[in-house]
Formats: sequence, structure tokens, C-alpha cells
Amino acid sequence: MIEEGRALFLQIAESVEDSIVDGSLAEDTRAPSTNELAAFYRINPATAAKGVNMLVDKGVLVKRRGIGMFVAPGAREQLRTERRTAFADRFIQPLLAEARTLGLSPDDLARLVRERAAASDTLEGNAR
Amino acid sequence: MTAVIEVSHLTKRYKETLALDDVDLTLEQNTIYGLLGRNGAGKTTLMSILTAQNFATSGTAHVFGEEPYENARVLQRICFVRESQRYPEDALPRHAFHMASLFFPNWSQELADELIVQFQLPLKTRIKKLSRGQLSAVGVIIGLASRAEITFFDEPYLGLDAVARQIFYDRLIQDYTEHPRTVILSSHLIDEVANLIERVIVIDQGRILLDEETDAVRGRASTVVGDATAVEAFVAGREVIHRESLGRVASVTVLGELDAADHARLAAAGLELAPVSLQQLVVRLTQHSAAAPAAGSQATPAPTSEGAGR
Repeated sequence: MIEEGRALFLQIAESVEDSIVDGSLAEDTRAPSTNELAAFYRINPATAAKGVNMLVDKGVLVKRRGIGMFVAPGAREQLRTERRTAFADRFIQPLLAEARTLGLSPDDLARLVRERAAASDTLEGNAR
Repeated sequence: MTAVIEVSHLTKRYKETLALDDVDLTLEQNTIYGLLGRNGAGKTTLMSILTAQNFATSGTAHVFGEEPYENARVLQRICFVRESQRYPEDALPRHAFHMASLFFPNWSQELADELIVQFQLPLKTRIKKLSRGQLSAVGVIIGLASRAEITFFDEPYLGLDAVARQIFYDRLIQDYTEHPRTVILSSHLIDEVANLIERVIVIDQGRILLDEETDAVRGRASTVVGDATAVEAFVAGREVIHRESLGRVASVTVLGELDAADHARLAAAGLELAPVSLQQLVVRLTQHSAAAPAAGSQATPAPTSEGAGR
């Protein structure tokens, strides 16, 4: 779950963000505490606190006095916007690089993406 | 932050060997430190001096602002779990725990009892008849249950299997969360403790090589892998701490964080980036420092018969 070579507090913050983006951690609900994160990921509590504080500074979490950390209203949309902006860098760029190595043109890629999307839609449709 | 340990110009010489070489170090309250380094690097010597079990040749070591020697005020607030702790000839584990409960003001019998069950420690076997792992468990239980304001664990896991070590790490984090204190954990199993320690101190040949927040050290080094010519072009001008090659492929570890422009250059050159774990970084830094001439250092360590082979 934890990868090498990247600051742990960033990874902890991202794991909380993931839960907010996929909806498993709803807005206005209580977020995991520093101690819960430390125990779950088996990491130093100070590192977990740094990750949580980063999310507070970003406005993703809000501290409610005496009861703990909560997911801020609007946090999900904020994170989705942020991730859409980063999407091309994070996913399209490596995709293009590998495609170039394999001699696939951007048009080939577009066709592949459409085919796959159609196939997975069918699969999901059948599963329902 | 409050400093609990302050070490200044600390030097320890054993005949021809310089075990500690002009060490300056400050340790803060309520922090878990990893004290890392090779055998013979000076870790145990440093901890022994801080716990009044050894004398410095020169320099000062203050604990809670005082000299620890024959100082009961200081000593009852610190616990030193040694790799080779000796116990009285006929002692049973419960005798050792009873002595500890009298000595340490914050002793938790409840925690000790829980740990005895978790480690499946036989209480009616004489300590000298215990297996190596069970002996280590005695030390670990004393170290955790003492809840001393400063606890030193000097490679506490000898003979402990992976399950028992995980129990130790989990209980350490759990109890530390509820009862914050200063912990100095000396370990060779760097990757196992990497996520537990807030700061990492690397000691090599009696000198402090690194003293930084662990998270700041992560991502400090990267390994660039790919076509040797392209790799060499990329690493030119950077501090290289390790080099390997296999045919046309080179793998070079460089220090320094890489920015977005670096990542773009790597992608354009078709180079891959491999993460460097804390353990790899410590190993590389230690090898790097051994290989580099001691230029600019204040004192050259005395030549030893073992030389670099230590």
C-alpha cells in the first residue's frame, strides 16, 4: 500500500483524498483521525498528522473543535477538479510515450480507447 | 520543541579506534528516532554514554540538561534495552519485570502482562534457559512497559521472528500514541522501521552522516535506469552515489530531488525512474562516504587494523 521513495505524509493525504473522490468518505462525515491513520498504516503519528494538516490547509478537511476532523463541504468537487487538471500529465503522457515506442499513432490510441470503453460498457451492462 | 539529549563534541577513543568522533547531536522530546549504521559505527557506544554505562574521552553528553553519571534523577527517567542484557543467574522473567517495576516510575504492569501473553513468554523458565527470541522479548517488554521518558532499543529484535517483530512495532506505535515519549531505535532492519521513525540519524565511523526528518529523506535519491549513454547524459553534474551496469543498460543512483523539468527530460529520453528505499539510501550513503576521501573533515579517524572492512 505504501510505496518507497515518496514522502509518506503525501501518500497518507492521497489515500484520504482517494476515499473522498470515490465517495466512500462523504462530505460532512468524520474523517479518520491522526491516530487511526497511524495505527492503520503502521506509521509514526507525527507523519500521519502532517498528512492530515496538509488536507486542512488545502481546505479538504475541517477541524471541528472537540469532535475531530470532518470532510469539508465541496471537498469532493474540489479534488475532482484538481485531478482532472492533472489527468493529462499523470495518465495521457505515459500512455503516449509507450504508444510511440510501439509505433501506435494518436489515432490508433483513440480507436483503442473507444473500443475498450465500449467493451467495458457492455460488460457492466451484462453484470447488471 | 524541548531538547532532552544534547551532545556536544563527544569523542570516545578505544586505544587505536575512534568510536565517536566529535559528535554533535540534539534529540527532541516525544519523537521516535532511528539510529542507523553499520556494526562498529558507534551506535552502542553513543547509547552507552548517554545511559551512563560508558565514559566519554572528551566532550559532553547531557540528558534532561544534566550529566547522567550516578544521577538517579536522570537514570530513572531513561530505559536502555541492550542487545546483550545480562540478568542474575537464577532470575525468572517475573523477577526481571518486578525489578523494572520498582525502578521505573511510569511502569505499566497492565501493558507488561498483555505483552507477556502476546509474546507467549514462559514465566516459569529461568531467563538463562530462555531461547534467544524469548530473551529479546523480555527486553522489549521492559522497554515498552517502563514508559520511560527516553527509551533506547539497541537492536532489540535478535532471535525474534517476523510475527514477534510486528507485535513489537505495532505495540510501540500504539503505546507511543497514547503515551508520547522519546524513543531511540537502533536497527539493521531499516525497511522494517522506516515508517515508524520520525527522524533518521545515520552514524558511520563515529561520525553523524545524516540527521533529518525521515519523510524529507524519502525521495531524496532516485535511481535512473536505461540506455547507458542517455543515463550518463542525464546524471552529468549531479551527485552520483551508486552506479551499476548490465550491458548497454545503466542504473545510476543520484542525490537530489527531481523537478517537473527533470521528469520531462527523463520521459523524453526514454529513461525510467526507480524509487530508492530508506535502506538502500542509507547503504549507498554509507558506502559513498567510505569511498570518498575525508576531505574537509576536522579530524581523520585513527587508522584501524580492520580498515574499511568493518
